[in-house]
Amino acid sequence: MALEVMARNAAPIPLDVRFRVEPGELLALVGHSGSGKTSLLRAIAGLWRPDTGRVTVDGQVWLDTDARVNLPPHRRHVGMVFQSYALFPHMSAAQNIQAAMAGACAEERRAEAGRLLDLVNLSGLGGRRPAQLSGGQQQRVALARALARRPRALLLDEPFSAVDRATRERLHAEIVALRAHLNMPVVLVTHDMNEAQILADRIAVLSKGVIVREGSTPELMSDPVALRAMGLREVAAMLSARVAGQEADGLTRLDTAGGAILLPRIEAERGVPIRVRILAHEVILARARPEGLSAQNILAGRVRRIVPGEGPGVMVYLAIGDEEIVSRITRRAAESLALAPGDEVFAILKSMSVARDHVGRAPSARSEM
Amino acid sequence: MDWTALALSLRLAGWTVAILLPISILAGRFLAYRRFAGKGLIEALVMLPLILPPTVFGFYLLVAFGRNSPIGGIWQEMFGHQLVFSFEGLVVASVIFNLPFAIQPAQRGFEAVGEQVREAAACCGMSPLASLRQVELPLAWPGILTAMTLTFAHTLGEFGIVLMVGGSIPGETRTIAISIYDRVQAFDDQGAGIMSAVLVGISLATIAVTYALSARIGRRLG
Repeated sequence: MALEVMARNAAPIPLDVRFRVEPGELLALVGHSGSGKTSLLRAIAGLWRPDTGRVTVDGQVWLDTDARVNLPPHRRHVGMVFQSYALFPHMSAAQNIQAAMAGACAEERRAEAGRLLDLVNLSGLGGRRPAQLSGGQQQRVALARALARRPRALLLDEPFSAVDRATRERLHAEIVALRAHLNMPVVLVTHDMNEAQILADRIAVLSKGVIVREGSTPELMSDPVALRAMGLREVAAMLSARVAGQEADGLTRLDTAGGAILLPRIEAERGVPIRVRILAHEVILARARPEGLSAQNILAGRVRRIVPGEGPGVMVYLAIGDEEIVSRITRRAAESLALAPGDEVFAILKSMSVARDHVGRAPSARSEM
Repeated sequence: MDWTALALSLRLAGWTVAILLPISILAGRFLAYRRFAGKGLIEALVMLPLILPPTVFGFYLLVAFGRNSPIGGIWQEMFGHQLVFSFEGLVVASVIFNLPFAIQPAQRGFEAVGEQVREAAACCGMSPLASLRQVELPLAWPGILTAMTLTFAHTLGEFGIVLMVGGSIPGETRTIAISIYDRVQAFDDQGAGIMSAVLVGISLATIAVTYALSARIGRRLG
């Protein structure tokens, strides 16, 4: 069921890429506008044809320019969520969803549409027209419509860019929860590295039509080259955690492999697994467990490797249990601490340095949602 | 009151609408979606009847459809009578003359559907025909309705071109507009007045029905 894509194009959209997405895997294509990421998605859907290309899903050929195969979009089993949702304005939410279903009798279609509405938390709103729904609700209808097709590949084109920040966070959490139902390859196009980090299993960074870096999300997020291609100065790591309890002062206590940490309140039940994004420049290192410090979060770890960066900084990669976080400190500091791979160190982070949208529900939460 | 003329005008308008409905959908959709070299020229050609004096346009049609023209000759061969000065000739002239009224609003209607919505229809597995039926026509409908109303009302009132191509043969080419003119020429002001009032009434009713339908569609899309 894997999705395999190869596309080459000269002008006006230069492109030269090749990638593969496994069933159930979510690949984020990240890049600036003009990097060719949306064109790539459109090539998979059949809405745009590159000069040379090949798109196969589960051995079924959708596009093969050499063999002169180019299925029109309606004959590719693709689910697409557009940036502006592109709902049919004259149909109700339920009708929008049913419009994407092939065959089946009216009764079954209604039942299936109801099931999908439940799945995207829109129970009871099936009768509303798109104009009567909020942006976030429209986005959910668009997602349900894409799933109604029972697609062999799900394509998401900047699906969260048109909603406000609070809605976006909620939708991120819903997508993560929905992953249990997505057993097809999923491709997410976004320019938001944070979004990619929270949602994706794997990230491919696209620049001027070429994939400059590709790898698992933790790998990519601690790779300065990939981040620079994105114009990001902030290297960050994702740390898995589990909600341990809510404190009376508004903080949330989390358990991690490196010990307990406190973060600004996270609306989640006890025991819910989440992922916390920790920015490298917010992490301070110490040889010994510090005392009398205002920072509450001290994680015990071991130095894995030290990578010199450009200028006076170095990246120190720490093993926390079987995960990794990154600290960006000065070369001078690293030398005065005499850090070397294998050394035991303590990483200190301020509770307030973790912004709200840096917390996402973990994909590993699938079975529990 | 010349009921024959009124019936003829309604028949002419009906035929014109019936023929132009599929043409406006196909041509309007094509012009709305496609980008190609020479598109501006084609759009200008479609609009030409709008700015040409009806007599000039009628004159050219008379020449083009006359007994000595290729088209007129073939018609004469096939049906045994002239194309000009016949009801069929009027229908053909009326269809051509109404092209801008039929195509332009339909084109605007299809343009309003939006590219992404059409792409979404394709990604939902709809064939081009299914997409037209389920998504494009319901959304472009106000434009098409406007096109047909304009065509209908405009055909009822057209004078110059009918006179040039059809003349004034009772029951064949004498439409209500021609009949009104004839009455005025015969100093029958009362007859002309009644028929004019009837024409105003029908035109107003047509527009009113269209507005009511458009408003209903507007509420539906609200």
